[in-house]
Amino acid sequence: MSGYPPEMQESIRRVEATRMRRLKETMPTMSLEEREQVLNAFHPDYIKEKMRAIRVGVSKGQRMPLELADIVEGRPHIGPDFDLSEPFAETDVLVIGGGGAGASVALLAQENGAKVTLVTKLRFGDANTMMAQGGIQAADRPNDSPAIHYLDVIGGGHFTNVPELVEALVMDAPFVIKWLEDLGMMFDKEPDGTMVERHGGGTSRMRMHSARDYSGAEIMRTLRDEVRNREEDGSTGLTTGITVIEFSPAVELVLDDKGQAVGVVTMNLETETYCYIKAKAVVMATGGGGRLHYQGFPTTNHYGATADGVVMAYRAGTPLGYLESMQYHPTGAAFPEQIVGLLVTEKVRGLGAQPVNKYGEQFVYPLEPRDVEAASFIRECTPPPSPPELGGTEGGQGGRGNGIVTPTGQPGLWLDSPMIEIIQGPGTIQKNLPAMVRQFGRFEIDITKEPMLVYPTLHYQNGGVRLRADCSTEIPGLFMAGEVSGGVHGHNRLMGNSLLEITVFGRRAGRSAAAYAQQAQPGKPTLAHVEAWNRELEETGVDTGVIAPILLPDYTRRV
Amino acid sequence: METEVKEPEVTEPDLIPVYIMGKRYMVPPTLTIMKAMEYAGYKLIRGCGCRGGFCGACGTAYRIMGDPKLYFGLACQTVVQPDMYLAQIPFFPAQRSTYDITKLEPTATTLFTIYPEVLRCLGCGACTKACPQEIDVRQYMAAGMKGDIATMADLSFDCIMCGLCAVRCPAEEAQYNIAILARRLYGRYLAPRSQHLRERLEEIKAGEFDAQLAGLKRLSREELVARYQAREIEPAERPRGEED
Repeated sequence: MSGYPPEMQESIRRVEATRMRRLKETMPTMSLEEREQVLNAFHPDYIKEKMRAIRVGVSKGQRMPLELADIVEGRPHIGPDFDLSEPFAETDVLVIGGGGAGASVALLAQENGAKVTLVTKLRFGDANTMMAQGGIQAADRPNDSPAIHYLDVIGGGHFTNVPELVEALVMDAPFVIKWLEDLGMMFDKEPDGTMVERHGGGTSRMRMHSARDYSGAEIMRTLRDEVRNREEDGSTGLTTGITVIEFSPAVELVLDDKGQAVGVVTMNLETETYCYIKAKAVVMATGGGGRLHYQGFPTTNHYGATADGVVMAYRAGTPLGYLESMQYHPTGAAFPEQIVGLLVTEKVRGLGAQPVNKYGEQFVYPLEPRDVEAASFIRECTPPPSPPELGGTEGGQGGRGNGIVTPTGQPGLWLDSPMIEIIQGPGTIQKNLPAMVRQFGRFEIDITKEPMLVYPTLHYQNGGVRLRADCSTEIPGLFMAGEVSGGVHGHNRLMGNSLLEITVFGRRAGRSAAAYAQQAQPGKPTLAHVEAWNRELEETGVDTGVIAPILLPDYTRRV
Repeated sequence: METEVKEPEVTEPDLIPVYIMGKRYMVPPTLTIMKAMEYAGYKLIRGCGCRGGFCGACGTAYRIMGDPKLYFGLACQTVVQPDMYLAQIPFFPAQRSTYDITKLEPTATTLFTIYPEVLRCLGCGACTKACPQEIDVRQYMAAGMKGDIATMADLSFDCIMCGLCAVRCPAEEAQYNIAILARRLYGRYLAPRSQHLRERLEEIKAGEFDAQLAGLKRLSREELVARYQAREIEPAERPRGEED
């Protein structure tokens, strides 16, 4: 029995009819010029009227999606007169965020002698890390090298990446794999211990390490378990332990009279009370902003992804970068409606599945860098230009109109998953993609026998707060790690470099913050920057009507 | 489509009744439990995490009116049915032991020392029935009772640690916490280590790539473009039996 309606099944018959022929056909990769063309015409980042320049702060004039600009220019939760005289807690290193980056920071800061407090908006581990499926890159095979990895990263990022950050990423990568193994992470391996490694979009060597299609979940639960083993709860007897405080997102940074970061104000989501947590160093590991739904796109992101760190760090005076660039993952689920926008891992293509149109024909090389692949999907689904006499526009904006449309009007393309078992043998899908089998199986779609319908979905914030390779920022005592930061991926991140980024820079930030905390000389805490921000808003007349960070999206029905 | 502006287009007769903690709400029949709660006006704080079936925040117990059976599911992955009685279980207290993973041996003794309650399992299978991932929890617990860490690790691998198994266990176990110990023991001690990773770490430590990276960082954009375009792409796997 098929979970697809009859009209979609008709198109599936065409996909089946071309399958054996397509197994031997390889679409050519695009030249850099062809990439530019399809991006300019079809990638959401290139739609000028969906972006605007921000009007206040140190990076005034920088362009970003309208929805993000509105919250970056938002008003603070608390006023400059908020009472900082009696901190709720004091710590050496304060970590904001309970995802993979935050957990890595906490572990390394603790190992380096710091007392650590980690505050997080939802539960510890409710984060995009948990949802990452495909894998983590590291150049550890003999035919690969950090230098080749470096070139892949830079080319995928349109040659705008910050070189020192890319160097850190690729050189630390194999050490991160070893670290995760030592913590007990279960990687996919051959019986002799050789890592199973595959291609991702834009890789020139197979270097994608995975843990079935629960790669991020396996990293997150392992790191979280280790943090819990080091929690300061009396039972461990650790003097430099880790304290985790859930449902307490940060809403404002606190600086001292010398301009150093000395803690944050958090909000208890359940009691709605605010309190000051004092620290010698602060690390932002708050992730991205998919739940802002730029341009109305659905998202793969977790519930709390609302760009809080960008808002807070910017208001305190840290420059931003690359935020005109968001990543739309080519393959979000497009059917059934209940899972629209959720991630269909790139590993499906890494294992051999081709994207095909409603006629069952290929239209793009399956593993272009993500922005190029996504733009090609949108082109394939966009209707062709109608002649000017019928009101259409001239030029290259029209698409090809070869998408499938679901009964609810959602466009999509087929991802021909049954190919995988023809190429790699029976049982491959269940073994390598159990989460995908389960997710579609809940809606009576057997992905070993039928293709999946997919369409681009908002996935990742390429840009963010600027940082150095040691994770420090313009503000002494303030460090960044993970998706909140910008620069390492340039204008487009490759698959498998996000799980790598959170661990590489999480570890670096943990070390840096612990070292900084040891010699820190905190002054008097103030909220002078909040006062200055409010004044600037008033003087410029900027009022977006938003209190930021917004913390959670509002999905309640408006009646 | 999950955006803040779109609402399902339904007319009144299409709506179905569900009971959120006993209170009746009319909701569209196509929604997941989570979206139905939001449709009913709940702004979720607890019981909502990744919204994609990976984090285990939204464990839910439910009954259908007139049906004595108790059902379990993830609110973000389960579609509503008429006359569903819903209770969210966003948190459940569970025993968790603290240990130093670097100082353990991957043995049955380790498992039984850290979690003596493993041996209390009654084999009733209530855990398996409650698992929204359809993991055979009873079977991995049976492996645990035999001290078979590798099997326990393998069978429990898809666990999202939602805790519904622990809610149902008459022997008062927290199966998912025991299982992650087994997986970490397996990953650290029992899984074979890769030679190629070990060698690469030595090469990096010896500085073998330092000059290459320094050189790359100095290249102009034009030179980088040329190097990028000249990359050789390693061929991916081919259909079995085809060599070309």
